[in-house]
Amino acid sequence: MENNLKKVDIIFEIDEKQSPLAILEKTVKRPADEIILDLIDSGLKGRGGAGFPTGLKWKFTRNEDNEVKYVICNADEGEPGTFKDREIIDRVPEKIFAGMAICGFVIGAKEGYIYLRGEYNFLLKNLQKKLDEFNAGMKKAGIEFTIYIKSGSGAYVCGEESALFESMEGKRGEPRNKPPYPTVAGYNSKPTVINNVETLVYTTMICHMGPERFKALGTKDSRGSKVFSVSGDTPISGIYELELGMPLNEFVDGFGDGDTKAVQVGGASGHCVPRKKFNDTIIGFEGIPTGGSMMIFNSTRSMYNVLHDYLEFFTEESCGQCTPCRVGCQQLLKGIEAVKRGERPPAYLDDLKKLTATMKIAAKCGLGQSVGNPFNSIIDNFREEIIY
Amino acid sequence: MSTTEVLVKELVEKNGKTRNSLMPVLQGIVHNEHFLSEEALLCVARELDLSAADVYGTASFYTFLDTVPRGKNIVRVCKTITCHMKGKDEIIKALGNALKIKVGETTNDKKFTLLTANCLGWCHKGPVMLVNDDIYPDLTTQKALEIIEEYAKDVK
Repeated sequence: MENNLKKVDIIFEIDEKQSPLAILEKTVKRPADEIILDLIDSGLKGRGGAGFPTGLKWKFTRNEDNEVKYVICNADEGEPGTFKDREIIDRVPEKIFAGMAICGFVIGAKEGYIYLRGEYNFLLKNLQKKLDEFNAGMKKAGIEFTIYIKSGSGAYVCGEESALFESMEGKRGEPRNKPPYPTVAGYNSKPTVINNVETLVYTTMICHMGPERFKALGTKDSRGSKVFSVSGDTPISGIYELELGMPLNEFVDGFGDGDTKAVQVGGASGHCVPRKKFNDTIIGFEGIPTGGSMMIFNSTRSMYNVLHDYLEFFTEESCGQCTPCRVGCQQLLKGIEAVKRGERPPAYLDDLKKLTATMKIAAKCGLGQSVGNPFNSIIDNFREEIIY
Repeated sequence: MSTTEVLVKELVEKNGKTRNSLMPVLQGIVHNEHFLSEEALLCVARELDLSAADVYGTASFYTFLDTVPRGKNIVRVCKTITCHMKGKDEIIKALGNALKIKVGETTNDKKFTLLTANCLGWCHKGPVMLVNDDIYPDLTTQKALEIIEEYAKDVK
């Protein structure tokens, strides 16, 4: 890989001298408000994709007056092209546990849950073993916090936080209306912090190394680093922790196979960036944010097939409770098939784009709202491939 | 009491008699019986004091909570974009030919069900498949067939 890209080693770094449990023990001796200020100061934003400032989320939940609160680790990684959480859970689970317990201390929660997607059941045995040890370690240290694991059963939409709560409560994974937000009423309708796996590891590491080292990385709008899942037409697919705010062309220089036609940034629900826009695209909150998924397509790939795949995915994974998403996904899929077969004129694609605008406003959750991202970016940049 | 009833009672006892236990109870039944029979769903409803419709409604939402009979080994080949690009069609075709079934079907001896799945989270090592809870990345058709043969022998 060319060395324009700034590789970072925070997430997977193993510090022999200070275990995650030791970081936790040290951190809970500090005032909770100070920890929140550090997190806000660090600029850490949620690493699942939505990018809400983590410190604020913790602060809002801390401010809620309730005997019972929860910390939940969202390990329902299902976005196509994303596999970094699996690797984090496998390699550094203690850092996740420590982040959850620090959060528990800050907001005043006694229980934490890891919602692990059913597709990762093979991780359960080892994770439970490590968790038992960590829970015992916390008990010994006098930290009143216990973490449990809950399994999913194969539903992409359960990565949406309120659908995840529904699933944990033994219901269909259908997203709730918002507000109320989880900080007010989440799991069991109690104030809840729900964070992505990677976010929780960063909270541990920010408590360990201080906000300064984190803040020094990235850009003004996108502080810190991020774990990227790189796949598709690349000779070096895999997981890379990189500084945020890099231009896409540098990423492609480092990872592409020399024939890169487009990069899907942010998974199926993200944006497809064509070659001509690589130079002007920043990977970060000021440009295109991503949960880490970077799928690279070279010139041998049909963008019609790519879009068709995405739409099939959304049609199957739409929970079906709200009409704009349930019917919208189906009609988008049928629509591009009809245009391809010549049964509809090319101008029909513009009608379909209007449908995605409706879905963005009217769909209940992020799934339906974001289908327009891949749809419009592929239609706008590869229109001829969809028609002919 | 039937074995299903015994199993449900055990699972409810272990996880607690609350609605929040519904997922782990259903997951436990699928783990043992490979699918959720009408008997199992009704039994869960009774034990957790829920309506049968509520239990079926939850079960039918989740891909991994099957409500139709499945084979002892459930093969799920990832069909999402990068696995598609890396040749999942050939894997599915080879498995289908070897098992003499189509996607969605179960072999006559009830040993295998062949299914596809949405992104399994191994995009850098596609094509990939799950057999029950075990993951097999970096597949070739030959590798996939060898894995299935091992399961057919009941070694795993």
